This record gives sequence, C-alpha cells and structure tokens, in this order.
Amino acid sequence: MATEILMPALSPTMEEGTLAKWLVKEGDTVSSGDILAEIETDKATMEFEAVDEGTIGKILVAEGTEGVKVNSPIAVLLEEGEDASAVEDAAPAGGGGDEAKPAADEPRGKAPEKAPARVAEEEPTPKSKASPDWPEGTEMVTQTVREALRDAMSEEMRRDESVFIMGEEVAEYNGAYKITQGMLDEFGARRVIDTPITEHGFAGIGVGAAFGGLRPIVEFMTFNFAMQAIDQIINSAAKTLYMSGGQMGAPMVFRGPNGAAARVGAQHSQDYAAWYASIPGLKVVMPYSASDAKGLMKTAIRDPNPVIFLENEILYGKSFEVPKLDDFTVPFGKARIWREGSDVTIVSWGIGMTYALEAAGKLAADGIEAEVIDLRTLRPCDYETVLASVMKTNRCVLVEEGFPVASFSDHMASTIMQRAFDYLDAPVVTCTGKDVPMPYAANLEKLALVTTDEVVEAVRSVTYK
Amino acid sequence: MAARKTTAKAKPNVSAEELLGYYKDMLLIRRFEEKAGQLYGMGLIGGFCHLYIGQEAVVVGLEAAAKPGDKRITSYRDHGHMLACGMDPKGVMAELTGREGGYSKGKGGSMHMFSKEKDFYGGHGIVAAQVPLGAGLAFSDKYKGNDNVTFIYFGDGAANQGQVYETYNMAEIWDLPAIFVIENNQYAMGTSTKRSTRSPSYWERGAAYGIEGEEVDGMDVLAVKDAGDRAVAYCRAGKGPYILEIKTYRYRGHSMSDPAKYRTRDEVQKMREERDAIEMIRQLLLTGDHATEDDLKAVDKEVKDIVNESAEFAKESPEPALEELWTDIYADEVPQETA
Ligand SMILES: Cc1ncc(C[n+]2csc(CCOP(=O)(O)OP(=O)(O)O)c2C)c(N)n1
Ligand SMILES: [Mg+2]
Repeated sequence: MATEILMPALSPTMEEGTLAKWLVKEGDTVSSGDILAEIETDKATMEFEAVDEGTIGKILVAEGTEGVKVNSPIAVLLEEGEDASAVEDAAPAGGGGDEAKPAADEPRGKAPEKAPARVAEEEPTPKSKASPDWPEGTEMVTQTVREALRDAMSEEMRRDESVFIMGEEVAEYNGAYKITQGMLDEFGARRVIDTPITEHGFAGIGVGAAFGGLRPIVEFMTFNFAMQAIDQIINSAAKTLYMSGGQMGAPMVFRGPNGAAARVGAQHSQDYAAWYASIPGLKVVMPYSASDAKGLMKTAIRDPNPVIFLENEILYGKSFEVPKLDDFTVPFGKARIWREGSDVTIVSWGIGMTYALEAAGKLAADGIEAEVIDLRTLRPCDYETVLASVMKTNRCVLVEEGFPVASFSDHMASTIMQRAFDYLDAPVVTCTGKDVPMPYAANLEKLALVTTDEVVEAVRSVTYK
Repeated sequence: MAARKTTAKAKPNVSAEELLGYYKDMLLIRRFEEKAGQLYGMGLIGGFCHLYIGQEAVVVGLEAAAKPGDKRITSYRDHGHMLACGMDPKGVMAELTGREGGYSKGKGGSMHMFSKEKDFYGGHGIVAAQVPLGAGLAFSDKYKGNDNVTFIYFGDGAANQGQVYETYNMAEIWDLPAIFVIENNQYAMGTSTKRSTRSPSYWERGAAYGIEGEEVDGMDVLAVKDAGDRAVAYCRAGKGPYILEIKTYRYRGHSMSDPAKYRTRDEVQKMREERDAIEMIRQLLLTGDHATEDDLKAVDKEVKDIVNESAEFAKESPEPALEELWTDIYADEVPQETA
C-alpha cells in the first residue's frame, strides 16, 4: 500500500512550517535515513529523513510552500512493485488527510477544561485536629532531641531491614552533630554508610536506591549542602511518582540540621523550610520537641514518599519529655497546641517555637493569653487547627527564622485571609528572619534573627494592648 | 599526557634572603593561627574556625611563584592564604572577631573574607564551590588577554565533588590559565583519603581530561616553589590548566570543635617532629650558615609582635554599626521592600 509522508513536527513548539526544498523527486527510490527535504520550523531549518524505503510516487506539496501544517501529507511513498497508479488510492493533498489527524490541527487556544477541585468543598467551620499524642498516664523519660532522633532511626532500622542511612561522617565519626552516635556499632557498615563529600551524587544514589525498593535515610551534614543536591531532591525524588503515573516513587528521608546555628555565617545559616514546602511531592517536617522529633522521624521513615526532615542544631541539645512507648509515632499533618489562650494565636514550628513560647510566657505576665500552635509538619499542614484557633482569638502572629519574602508564614497568612477573613480583628503579622544574608558579627547576627521581643511586639500590635 | 611526579628534593641553591623570607612568612601563619585558636577559646571568635597549622609551606611556596595580578581563591581554611598573599593580619584577625576593622566589616567571618586589592577571591564555605569560581577568574583573565594565572585551592575531600570534574573539562578545552592546587592533607573532616577514594593520586585524575600535573611534597616549601614555578610558566604560556597535588598535613582538628579521634596522636606527632616545614627551613638556615640563632630569634620576635598587634586590633575594633545589617545586599544599595 502506498503510504503518505506527513509533514513532521521538528520542534516541541512547531505547529506548521515551510517546505523549503525537496531533495528527492518523483520516481526516486529512497531508503530509511535518506534526506527527503529541508523544512523550516519556527526555530531552524531541519533536514527531514525518510523512515521507510520505497519510491517517491508523488510530491503533494511543492517546495517553497509556507504554512504547511504538521501531520498533513506532503508526498506519497510507493512500496516495491507498486506503480504510480497506486497514488490515486492515497488521499489527495489537502483532502481527507487533514481530517484523519484532527488533533494536530486543533487550535491551542481552545478553553481548557477546568481543573477539578482537589478535595470536596472545605468544611465551613474548621475543627482543630490537635489531640494528645500519647495516652494520659504514660511514663515519660527525659531526652534530648539528638537522642530522640537517633532512637527513632535505630528503632526503625531494627524494624525494617530495608532502612539504611548514608551521608558524610555518619558512620565512623558518629555523625558531624552526633545524631548517628553508636549506629555503626549496632548496624554495621552495610547499613550505616559514610559517603565522600559528593552531595549531588549520594542524594541521587539514595533516590535510586529508593526506586529499587530500599528505604534510604540521606543525611546532609547541614541542609545548606543539600543545595548541591537539590536537583535530585526536587526533580528526581519529588516528581517521579507523578511522572510515572504512580508506578514508582522515592520512599525516603532527607534529613539534617537546617537554619542558623551560631555565628557560622551566610553560607551555613539558611532556613529552607519555605523552599521545600513549596514542592508538591515532598513532605516537609520540622519538629521542635524531642517527642515530636522521635515520633515524626518514625513516621517519616515509614512514609511512602520523599520526606524532608528539617532539624536544628541549636535544638539538638535541648531536653524534653518523651513518652516511653514501644512504638511511638506522631502523624503528619496534625498540629500541636502547646498552650491554650483566647487573646491571640501564635503559630510557629521548629526553632521558631522557642520564640513563640517565650513570648507567650512574657505576654501572660501582662495578662495577654496567647494560644501557641506548633505546626510540626508544613506539608501536609494542619490548617484546620490554625483556622479554628484564629476563629476563636481573631488574631494571629506567625513566627519563623526563614527569610520574609515568600515565607511559609506568608502562605499561612494568605490561607487565613482566604478562609477566616471575617473573623480577623487585626491583620495577620509575620515575624521572620530579616531580609539579609546571615552576618557573622555577633551583634548583627542577633539582629538578623527573629527575636522574642519582636513576637511580643507583634502580639501587642494585633491585640492593641 | 606528560604528567610527571617530582620526588627529588629541591636543592638549597636559594639565597639566604629568600629562605629567611619563607621562614618568616610561614612562621607568621603559624603564630597567627595559634593566636586565633586562643581567641576562639576565649570566646572572641565564634562559629567555625579552621586552622592552617601544618600546611604553611603550601601557600608560602606558591605565593613565591606568583606575580602581581595573579589571583587566588580557596575554601573556608583560608587564613594562611590571606596572610601569604599580603593581606593585613589586623584586618584578617578583626574579621575573625567579627569587627568593623575586618576585611568584610565583620559580616563574613573566618570562612568568608575577600580582598580585591590583593586579588584574593575568598573564603568559600561550600566544599568545592570555589573550583568553578576559580576557573571563572582564569576565564576572565584569558578573555582580557593578559597573562595572569589563578591559583585554585581545594582539599582532598573537595576533590571528589562533581563540579571539580566539570571544571577540569572546561578549563582544558578552553585552555584556561588555572592552577588547580589540591591541598591533600589526607583528611576531609574525619574521613581519610583511604576511605573516600580508590584513586588516591588526585593529580592523575587530570589525565582523563588531558590536564598536566604533578605531585608535590607540601612539607618542603622549596619543592612547592619549584612546582609552582613550573605550573605558572605553563599556564602563562597559554598552554592551559595545570594540577598540583600538594601532600601536606594539618596538625589541628578540622575545626575548633573536632576531637580528631580518627587518627592517632602518634601520627600527628610524627609529622610534626619529622616533617615540619618551618623546622626544615630553620635547619637549612642554620646549617647553611645563612642565619644565626639570634637572627632567627629576631624574626620570631618580629612575627610575634605582628600577631599580638593584630589580636589587639581585633579586640579593640568596634562591632559593626547596626546599620551594616542592611548594607551590601545589592550593589546599588536599593534594599528590597519587604513589609
Ligand atoms: C558541600 C559541602 N558539604 C559538606 C560540607 C561540610 N564540610 C566542611 S569542610 C569538610 C571537609 C572538607 O575536606 P577537604 O576538602 O579535604 O578540606 P580540608 O578541610 O582538609 O582543608 C566538610 C565535609 C561543606 N562545607 N560543604
Ligand atoms: Mg583535606
């Protein structure tokens, strides 16, 4: 059967082109790979090669023709033994050929269908999801965040053979910040793996191992160095599940200290919470207390998605009560109310909680009762608990150490504005790190960080007290 | 690929003056670093502070091969490089204490100092990031058509980062006047080179990209200077990049907070006693009758005074004005409005 040679699409954006020149004439025999014509696209002049072999039976579009639509027939190719009479059977130029391929000619401007709503209509009155994380009367032990993280990882590694940890200095050095203390001894070098300083490489290897069915924990010595690896985190880990139509993803944890430590300067002090929280496909956890660090780390390791687990060097040494339970986990997407109050809602997470709680204490001394909410996870985020609280207090102050522009606080403020506008008695105020790279000098570093006094001030400004 | 490996000891056919110069420059770095360690202990220096003690011969030898206009760039372990290229010890120390008189007005700290005047381009905290940056500096010189070269210092740990190899490839295809100086002090934090690579001869990796290079004894300042001369001559002649893998050793921990349990005290002691670069030059000076004990004492005193003065300056210099928080973010000083 004679086949039509169609106008090729030679660039991702090409819809039509100019048939600049034929390099074959009717009656020529061609084989696959021979150059048939030169075609001008919107970007360049391209050579167009034959795919099949045969004889050029008829040229349907003369050279020099402009505006030839992609997928319209430009010539007819005869198979061996066929003669020109077969051409009559083929569709004539500009005839039915176009109809045969209607999709290609469909104008792009046609109104797209509306994206379906992601979830059913939001509940009109949000209800707080906050609830106790352990039964009353549970025995408690005092632990640092550091110990809690190590215990969580070790427990999960005992439980699941496919979990392993890798990163710089995690094994023999016991962790640059001693989070993996003792883990090499317990689990051996097969599962506690020192890497060279090659973040982009080992992050990618971690993602690949997750594709391959393992549950990697990738430690970044600090999240500042994860910028070397961010392509693998975003383009590979976060997007593969979607790109593969749900076939495969990267169940893994990227963890390490995030944000400012003390006096370590501009390249070692950034808070990346807002960056990662903006990526669909990632889950983002940023615990404050030791019990949350533990319960959320265990949940993170079991989660079937890539989880960004943002720790904080200053919190590592801080002690908290942790429930003594065999298998203690904290679910994602459930905020914790640290303090109830009716005058204002203070929302924070991670190290920001330090300022939030300190400010609440100071304010209480002046008779202002703040409700303090720890989001704990930014993705998923417990909007309901925040909204329910704001509807009660009618005021909200958000606290974080990150940069102010496009911060997570901005996102939350906008959510509150959209969903609880009528309840607000004052603008939502954000207290963030300053809009500057972190300075080294002690006095400037203090100024660059968010302070408790700024939070107190913000609360006063929204409570008019 | 005509890379070669130098093992021969450099002959001390150098002048007394030159030797004395090396001695003084290396000693300045050592005493400066010891002082920095003390100030750190006193809480006057904060954050990360990476000392260069043990590696002095590397920068002193290479700076002796440089001419004005040549550039240098390195990592966070940068104090020695700054002193060797002639930056003022006062300004360096005051940056360590985070004061107004520091090279970055106190805003950079130990890891981030720069001097346009001395063609010192930092002071970089992200391991290996300085490598492509250095090649960019070399690119700028080649583009302008001058004969300057750029010394790009990085560690054995940094040498495993991917961007190093991307840079090697471009530096070679564009014949950039870049001298890649691998300061192989055998450890990247707590990871020995034995544990981080099966290809421990770092300079030879250049062969994969067609880059010439050699291994150098970094505890011998004269050998470093010789190798530096060869590298510089090669680069200045427009032949492209050159790799110097300099075998050296850091006596102190990775930073002030490193307990250094990954190596034995004996290993460190042995290096200090048998291979110390300053001691070697000291012996050459004395045995070659280039200097007397008294001459050297005078140098020691001179160096000590410079260091003490820098420490005094670094303590006296005020903290930066609070307004400095908001300056230098944009070149045109127009801050972005936030709230
Ligand atoms: C991209 C990146 N990863 C990790 C770190 C943390 N870190 C700082 S120095 C260092 C070791 C570097 O060793 P090497 O390159 O040999 O240089 P040396 O410290 O020995 O001078 C590490 C892992 C960092 N600063 N940047
Ligand atoms: Mg090293």
